[in-house]
Order: sequence, then C-alpha cells, then structure tokens
Amino acid sequence: MSVLKITNLTKKFGKFTALNRINFEMQKGEVYGFIGPNGAGKTTTIRVLLGILKATEGEASIFGMDAWRDAVEIHKRIAYVPGDVNLWGNLTGGEVIDLLVRLRGSNNKSRREQLIEKFDLDPSKKCRTYSKGNRQKVALISALASDADVYILDEPTSGLDPLMEKVFQECVFELKSRGKSILLSSHILSEVEKLCDKVSIIRQGKIIESGTLSELRHLTRTNVIVETKKPIEALDTVKGVHSLNRCNQGISMQVDTEELGNVIKYISEFDIVKLESFPLTLEELFIRHYK
Amino acid sequence: MIGQLNKNSKKLIRFILRRDRVRIPIWILAISLITIIIAPAFAEMFPTQQERMLMAQTMSNPAMIAMVGPGYGLDNYTVGAMMAHEMLLFTALAVAIMSIFLVVRHTRGDEERGRLELIRSLPVGRLSNLSATVTVSVVVNIILSLIIGFGLYALGIESMGLNGSLLYGAALGSVGILFTAVTAVFSQLSQSSRGAIGYSFAFLGICYLVRAVGDVGNEILSLISPLGLVLRSEVYVNNIWWPVFVVLGEAVAIILVAYYLNFKRDLQAGLIQPRPGRKDASPFLRSPFSLALRLMRSAIIAWSVGMLVLGMSYGSVLGDLEAFFESNELIKSMLPSSGQGFTLTEQFLTLLMSIISIFGTVPALQILLKLKGEEKRDRCEHLLAGAVSRTRLLAGFLVISIAVSIIMQFLTVLGLWAAGSIVMEQPISFSRMISAAFVYMPAMWTMIGLTVLLIGFYPKATGFVWLYLIFAFFVVYLGRALQLPEWTAELTPFGHIPQIPVDDMNFVTVSVLTVIAAVLSVFGFAGYNRRDIG
Ligand SMILES: Nc1ncnc2c1ncn2[C@@H]1O[C@H](COP(=O)(O)OP(=O)(O)OP(=O)(O)O)[C@@H](O)[C@H]1O
Ligand SMILES: [Mg+2]
Repeated sequence: MSVLKITNLTKKFGKFTALNRINFEMQKGEVYGFIGPNGAGKTTTIRVLLGILKATEGEASIFGMDAWRDAVEIHKRIAYVPGDVNLWGNLTGGEVIDLLVRLRGSNNKSRREQLIEKFDLDPSKKCRTYSKGNRQKVALISALASDADVYILDEPTSGLDPLMEKVFQECVFELKSRGKSILLSSHILSEVEKLCDKVSIIRQGKIIESGTLSELRHLTRTNVIVETKKPIEALDTVKGVHSLNRCNQGISMQVDTEELGNVIKYISEFDIVKLESFPLTLEELFIRHYK
Repeated sequence: MIGQLNKNSKKLIRFILRRDRVRIPIWILAISLITIIIAPAFAEMFPTQQERMLMAQTMSNPAMIAMVGPGYGLDNYTVGAMMAHEMLLFTALAVAIMSIFLVVRHTRGDEERGRLELIRSLPVGRLSNLSATVTVSVVVNIILSLIIGFGLYALGIESMGLNGSLLYGAALGSVGILFTAVTAVFSQLSQSSRGAIGYSFAFLGICYLVRAVGDVGNEILSLISPLGLVLRSEVYVNNIWWPVFVVLGEAVAIILVAYYLNFKRDLQAGLIQPRPGRKDASPFLRSPFSLALRLMRSAIIAWSVGMLVLGMSYGSVLGDLEAFFESNELIKSMLPSSGQGFTLTEQFLTLLMSIISIFGTVPALQILLKLKGEEKRDRCEHLLAGAVSRTRLLAGFLVISIAVSIIMQFLTVLGLWAAGSIVMEQPISFSRMISAAFVYMPAMWTMIGLTVLLIGFYPKATGFVWLYLIFAFFVVYLGRALQLPEWTAELTPFGHIPQIPVDDMNFVTVSVLTVIAAVLSVFGFAGYNRRDIG
C-alpha cells in the first residue's frame, strides 16, 4: 500500500525550476532514502509534501490525501524534522518539544522522557544556548515522541556526533519494526545504506535513479580485483571496463554489470590467480551519478 | 606583563572602527543633531519669558519631576535652563543605550558568536579586546560630548554660554563612559549577549527609578544614582562641574573591576550562570495563539507600562493647560477649528487621542509582523508541519494584535484620566475620555487589516505599514500646525475619525472603516492560504 506518492511534480521559483516532473512512491513500512547533491531539490520536495510550498504542477499526496489541500488532516499523522532547525531562543528545549508534540495532537510523556535520556539532552536550557547538534536533537525528540504513521526527516543527523547517530539509527529500526514509514533525506551514505530499503537520487531537480539498493547496484557496475600470471593485454579497450587501477593486489576496475560475463571470459585467458568482486558502495554510485 | 595582556589592541581598535564605520557615526550624528535642533526649537516655541514661566509651572509638578528630573532656575526659566531641565536626562539615557550596545556588541556579542575565539588564537593579549572596546567607546563619548558642547554654544542662544554648553556635553559623555564601564562588567558576568544587555538595561532602569524617587522626595537617593548626580550639575544655571568628575571617577573604578574579571575568567565563561528554565511546557502552551502570546509577552507588558505612563504624564499637565494654551499661538493652531463651546483642554484632548491611537498601533502591528519574522527565520514550518492550518496560525496573531490595540487604548486613557482627575479642577469624566479614545479603534484596525493583507500577499513589503504610520503621525499631529490641507490627513484612516467630544459621533464613517478593516483582513487570509511559506 502506498502511503506517499509524488506524480509529475514541478516546482518553480519565479523562472527557476527547482523540481522538474519528479515521481516517486513510498510503501507502508518502508524506509525511503532521498539523496542528492546540495541544492538538488530535496528540501523543496519535502516542503511541497508538507503543504508549505505549493506545487506549480503535478501532485503530491500522503495517505491518499492531497498534500496542499488536506495538510491539516495529513499532519495529524506525520512527524517532521527540518534540515535547518531554527528554534525560539527564549523557550527552553523542553517547552519546544512539548509544543511541537501537542501541535501534532499527540501526547506521550513517557516516550518523551525516554528519548530525552537516550539523546542526552538538557531540556531546561534556553534554545538560544543550544549548539547545532542540540537543536537537532530537540527537533528529533519532538518528532520521535509523536505518534505518527509517516516520518519525514530532512538530514536529521547532520549535526549529531557518531554516538548520537547510532542512537538515531536504533530509533529508526524501532520505528520500522512497528510498521512506520520513513522518508529520510541525507548526505551520509553509510547511514542510508544501513537504514534504507529504497533510494531515489535527485540531481538538479530531476530524479535520476530510483529503486532498491541492490537494483541500483545491478543497474550500474561491480568492483573487480584480479591478479593474473600473464600480464593482461589491452584491458582498457575491452567494452564495459572503467576506472582501471594497478594496486599491490593486482588490477582493480569497475565493470558494467551487463558486460561482467564477457570481461571475466577475456581475463581468464591470462591465467587468473585471484579474482574478487564486490558491489559498488553507495558512495561510488553517488559520485558516478553526481558528476 | 600589561603590555603582553594588551598586545595588538591598537589593531583591534582599528578593526572595531572599521566594522562600525557606519554605526558609530549614525549614533553620534543622531544624538547630537536632535540636541542641536531642539534647542532653537525651544527658543522659537517659547520666545518670551512669560511663556517660559508658564511652561516652568507646568513642568514643576511631582509627576513631571519624576519623569524629567528637578528643574533649576525655575524663577528665571531661560531657554538654557529649559533645555537642561527637559532634555538632558533623556539624552543621557540615549547616550547610555548607545554605549551599552556598542560595548556588548564587541565584547560578549563577539565572544558568544565565537569570533573572539578566532581573534584570541592570534598573537593578541587576553585583555586586548576589552581594552580596544572600552577605548573606542570612551573616545566616541568624548567626541559626542565635544560636538554637543561646541554645537550648542555655536547656536548663539543667549542663555547658553560656552561653559554651560561644554558642561552639558560633558554630563552626557560622563554618563556614556559610566555605562561603558558598567556594561563591560556585565559582559564579563553574563554568559550571553542578551544577558549582558538585559543586566545593563536593568541597571539603567534602576538608576532612572532611584533618581525619580530621589528627585521627588529624598535628595540622597538622587546622588547615589549617576543619572541623578549629573543633573546636579545644574547646567546653564549654576554650571557645577564636580558631579561630572565624580561620575568619571566611578567609571574608572568600575572599568578596573571589568579588567580584573576578564583577567580571571576563561573565554566563553561567565560568572552569572543562566538559570535553568522549565523542563516542560505549561499546559497552556499548545497552539499558535499561546505561542504568539508567549513570544510577545515581555513586549506587551513593556508597552502596557509605557502607554500607562504616557497617559499619566499627559494627564498630569492637563491642570495647567488652559492658562498655558491661552498664551501659546503655536499649540492653539494645532487644535480643531470647530471647537467653539468647548474648553481648550477638551480640544487638546482630541489631538491627544489621535496621537495616542497612533502610538498604540505600533505594538499591535509589531505582533502581527512577528509572524512574518517567524517565517523569515524558518520557524513557521515547525507550526505548519503540525496539525495547524494557516488560517489558525494567522488568526492566532491577529486576535492578539486586536486585543492589544484595545488594551493599549484603554490603559492610556486610564493613566490620562487618573492623573488628570488629580490635577484638574473640573475633571473630564472617564466615560467621555473612553469614548474619545475608542472611537479611534476602527482606524487602528484598518492599519491592522492592511498589515494582514500585506502578510498575505506581499510579505516583502510589510515595511510599508511603518512608513504609512509615520506619515499618519506627521499629517495628523503636525498637519494643522503646518496648515497642511485637510485631505492629507484623510489619506490615513486616522484623519477620518470624528474628534469626539468636539465633533459629533459619525457612525457611518466609523462603520465603513471597520468594514474596510474586515475586508482587508479577509483578503489577507485568502492570500496567506494560497502562497508559499518561507
Ligand atoms: N524560496 C526559494 N526561492 C528561490 N529559490 C529557491 C527557494 N528555495 C529553494 N530554492 C532553490 O531551489 C534549489 C533546491 O533547493 P533545496 O533546498 O531543495 O536543495 P537541497 O537538495 O535540500 O540541498 P541541500 O542538500 O543543500 O539541503 C536550490 O537551487 C535553491 O537555491
Ligand atoms: Mg536541504
């Protein structure tokens, strides 16, 4: 069942097209990664989903309701963490957490206390005195303490230390085990790799790749390291071979997945001593797509 | 040792001057220009001794003394005596505020933002930044004193000699230097720049109040407060210099304390720990309305007190008005022309009400525009991402804005009436005053409606309402004195309001304005529901 759906969404700011006919769909219970370089349009997409920005064309819906028209109804069941967390300087963290949780219409004191403890936040301090990471914690705790069905998180860990990042990941796994759906925009690829079932890559306002992580990898390339008795001749002319590199274990390269069979056949003529293959890391994927 | 601690402070001085190359000249220019413009204005408004004596009488009741300080030379109220009596204290407040902002900005302000850390990582002494800031602030105050001193003398007003004018400037400068010192100490004590500003302002407020109590009853209290002390220099009357030197001596002692504290403490540390706040929100904080109220709480309280005091101070002069107006053509010309059969005081009341309602509009608009500020700082998205409609968000701020417009009007009238009934032989009844004031409500609401419209459609242009309000102030307040045509006032909603009790009530105009206000707001809401936020 799809909980969140974007169809042919276009958003223009004056003449500038920030989003150009993008599409994606998130199913119930999924953790959906949303990645792309700075200024690609991630935050803009999320703001359209929240009904804060109005779509120029196309549709965005959550729970089958229109993101713009039915915003209030939708927001009773979603929780959001903004990318840039700006808080009210003269309210304490505790006050802000309570306010935001109440605005969503839920109220769960014991979970709030647990989260404050887990994230090690002092809720009695004025927000003005919080560091970036602590402001982020306030937004995270208020989102995680709400009873929502969909969680929309815009770079939720960009200011957190590694320890807190781990706490956050635990919380995401816990939400997932309770059947919640999560849209996670992030620049931290190891995090996306660990948490997400599906990923969309956005660049310059266009979705350039979508799918499960393994689908994305298969669509692309595989890392291969070989060592042969005889030197391999003219390897760089073989179709589907990229990023050739000599390393002390032999030769490393990236091979287009569909050419993998042919390449291995070619190499085997030179007496293979060692052959290792492993999928591209998301980082390699990412760099390939971003360039 | 001292050299090490102050290493490179000359470079820092140049750096501060470069960063504030616009700010500092503006402060100096604004304060000295106002002073130098007001003196000839006094001379022009009160050309004869007789008129000035009447003014002296009006100014010598306890309420006025508490506000502006004791008058000297009241039996020979020269323009100079008048200037020192009515302007010196307020200008001293402005100079103190200038010094507070200047010092906090370059000490605790920079420290809080982490800029000082950057500077301290360079070969710069531990005290250099404080030395540089204090030096700049002291020099700014000295320059200001000299400009004002020579400027006033250069006006060539008979009662304002060189000695007195220089003393006038020096009195101001000494207060500025004292507050430079006090603020330098608070910047060491408090951990945040807001805290440092807060403590310094609280100290300024206490000095003002202690002086007010002292001036009315107990001379010793006035001598304790530096603001009271400098007034004892009796500028343009007896020209006594020692109070200025005592204040400067105090300043030096306090600066040494600031140096000591700065020497002892760590970077970014303060000595006053911020109190921990609430761990959770009060049950009341649960909607955009209650958040708006919470954010504007201090501003609303401050404005309420201010408007009450404004009303009281106007009220305290109502008793002597009749005699005073009879002799002053300028003020007479500002009163409505249709005023036959009404006392001059009642006519003055109508003018007062229009001014009061323009003042009272300021906090009402401030509250509405807070919503735009929230949007600009990306904080509206927290609210709108909750189950909060845009209509509810805007309505929360609008309701408070309207309530504030009513409260401000009520409090001012309360103060006016309370003080007026004490000093007047035939007091004007409360209900009469209230109706004269509340008839302006639709004009205030029209301004509010216009602001809602701008927030809904052109949030970038909201600054326009301030220009419009300032325009209204000029055409309504000064329009008659300058003999501007009637239609200029009618370009603003305030110019359409019937001036009760002199005019008859005009229900049509008042209802039409109310409807306009409502229509503007409805359109504003429609726009706000349609546009992008942020
Ligand atoms: N209100 C606005 N007016 C005009 N242009 C805007 C506005 N908001 C965003 N943009 C532009 O739209 C593009 C997408 O911005 P967006 O904030 O969505 O990027 P992002 O993917 O979230 O980037 P980052 O990873 O840096 O957070 C950027 O080029 C940005 O400059
Ligand atoms: Mg972003």
